[in-house]
Amino acid sequence: MDAVVEIRGLRKAYRTWRGGRRQALDGFDMEVAPGQVHGFLGPNGSGKTTTLRALLGLVAANAGRMRLFGREVPAALPEVAGQVGAIVESPQFFGNFSARETLTLLATAGGVARTRVDEVLELVGLRERARERVKSYSLGMKQRLAVASALLKRPRLLILDEPANGLDPAGIREMRDLMRGLAAQGTTVLLSSHILSEVQQICDTVTIISLGRRVVTGPVAEVLAAHATGDVLVRLESPADHDTAARVLREAGATVTVRDDHLLVHRPERAAWVTRTLARRDLYVAELSPVGVDLESVFLELTGTTPVAGRPRQVDESVAVDTTAGTEVAR
Amino acid sequence: MNLARAELRRLVKRRVTRWLLLLVVAVLGLLVVSEWSSSEKLDEAALRSAQVQAQRDYEQARRDYDLFLPEQIAECERAQRAGGPGAEGWPADCQEVAAWGPRPEDFRAEFYLPRTFEFRWRFEEMATPFAWLLAMFAFFVAASYVGAEWRSGGMANLLLWRPRRAGVLGTKLAALMVGLTAAVVGLSALWTAALWWVAVNRGITSTMTPDAWRSFGLTGLRVLALVLVAGVVGFAVASLGRHTAAALGTAIAAFVVGVGGVSALVYSVGVRFPDRWLWPMYMQAWLERSVELFDFRAGCPASGPCEPETYVITWQMAGLGMAGLVVLLVGAAMWHMRSRDVT
Repeated sequence: MDAVVEIRGLRKAYRTWRGGRRQALDGFDMEVAPGQVHGFLGPNGSGKTTTLRALLGLVAANAGRMRLFGREVPAALPEVAGQVGAIVESPQFFGNFSARETLTLLATAGGVARTRVDEVLELVGLRERARERVKSYSLGMKQRLAVASALLKRPRLLILDEPANGLDPAGIREMRDLMRGLAAQGTTVLLSSHILSEVQQICDTVTIISLGRRVVTGPVAEVLAAHATGDVLVRLESPADHDTAARVLREAGATVTVRDDHLLVHRPERAAWVTRTLARRDLYVAELSPVGVDLESVFLELTGTTPVAGRPRQVDESVAVDTTAGTEVAR
Repeated sequence: MNLARAELRRLVKRRVTRWLLLLVVAVLGLLVVSEWSSSEKLDEAALRSAQVQAQRDYEQARRDYDLFLPEQIAECERAQRAGGPGAEGWPADCQEVAAWGPRPEDFRAEFYLPRTFEFRWRFEEMATPFAWLLAMFAFFVAASYVGAEWRSGGMANLLLWRPRRAGVLGTKLAALMVGLTAAVVGLSALWTAALWWVAVNRGITSTMTPDAWRSFGLTGLRVLALVLVAGVVGFAVASLGRHTAAALGTAIAAFVVGVGGVSALVYSVGVRFPDRWLWPMYMQAWLERSVELFDFRAGCPASGPCEPETYVITWQMAGLGMAGLVVLLVGAAMWHMRSRDVT
């Protein structure tokens, strides 16, 4: 089946005040299949919002090709815009209008039935506060309103840039359920977020971007599996035995790192081998567990943005991908 | 059509629009009240009172003059006897000095009538402040209408629904023009009715003729055009700057630099007809059909009447200037809208 979103070789440079150029996108590729919830991740300034803005016709790309529902955009945007609901960056609305007025005006402009306004207000939990001025809303309420505006036209593709921003824990869960529900009904969701635990829970597939280039893409499970270390965490009954145990394992051929309260055995053949080797020397294991990998650690590793104590990271300090060689180059 | 309807609704629902409209109505109301309170209806009693007062003042002036008449005649006779340049200016027959005194026609009753509101002339005079007030209203409403949309992010939101940028801006402008036209027509009708009511109760309406009404109609059309141009300028400049403040700053600059600065420059350089370089003169010419400027610096001839050279700014010249400005600014705003990123 054709991809709902297809981006190939997208380039965008912004002019700076001093006459220079800042490359926001540098040959970026992305593909989102129908009915999926696709996570779009990247450090600050990596080009996520520029990609979404380019896709929606708000900024003009310098080069590359973009398609929505198989149609070239931005040329075909007027034809496909009715099927795309989007919020890009922070929600922005005219503060003196109420949520209902805001949505009614959008519905009128887009030829959407007014009854839909009540439906989406109900859906995002703003029914009771719909008559209040938007400027009196909290960030989370504005976020809900933004999602409501994106849902107004019953989109086949929902593009959400940081939808959980400002939401309370219950709101985050509601948003997760909403996205899952929409995906179950066939809506494709492209979700940009920094809450990686959320992305890991919600998304089927993911694309990670760094300095305007794609670092990795694929199903979330595969991305995690590809970066699983296979390391094993070991705790003995007596922490005093940790040094002895490390020596025993090293003598048996393992690579071991001693931590404060545990040992880290690097990629043993089998976990049982660790237990057996230690038991032969009367060292008994109290805890043995595989070291889990999550999207956050994969993200930090792939983008090279793992915090280093005592060294503040600058915004553009992340991994630049060498697309010609297919390798990652640390910057 | 849906977008136009939504934009018109948005324009009407905006608080700035409503408050400014209320302010305009209040100012116009004050002007009407001021005209009402300073005018009186001319009835028989007022006419009789004026005649009596005129006659009384004439008689008093005559008495005052007659007191000094013998002295004047004596002086005249002294001058005639002495001859020479001192006799110049006195009549040959010194008794004629008596005829130099106050005459009844110098004390006409109409000079003593209270101020009355003569609709035909006063309405025309008040068209200029009315037009300026509405033009300012249009400028601020238009600038805020599109400026707030940019600042609040509403424009980016709307473009997600309607990606044809030029179409969006054009529709917004069209909605604004419809709204302003409705406001001008409504306010003009109210204004005319209010002044007519003042004239009926505190003035004269009998001097109105079909030609006068036609002339008022044309003035009304020119007021409408001026207000729409002010709206277009405010809208286009705020669009270019993507902020209401861009238009407000430009307006202040237009007065400070375009009037104060240019005025100081052209007067110090000593160009002929310096006022022709000031844009408000063109607005005045547009409303009053023409403005005549005089150049007194050429000096007067040794003999004959002193007639300064003139320069006439016509409404056609002003119209051409306004049309050029509108084309330039709307073109620039459209180009800017299509070509610049929405970030």
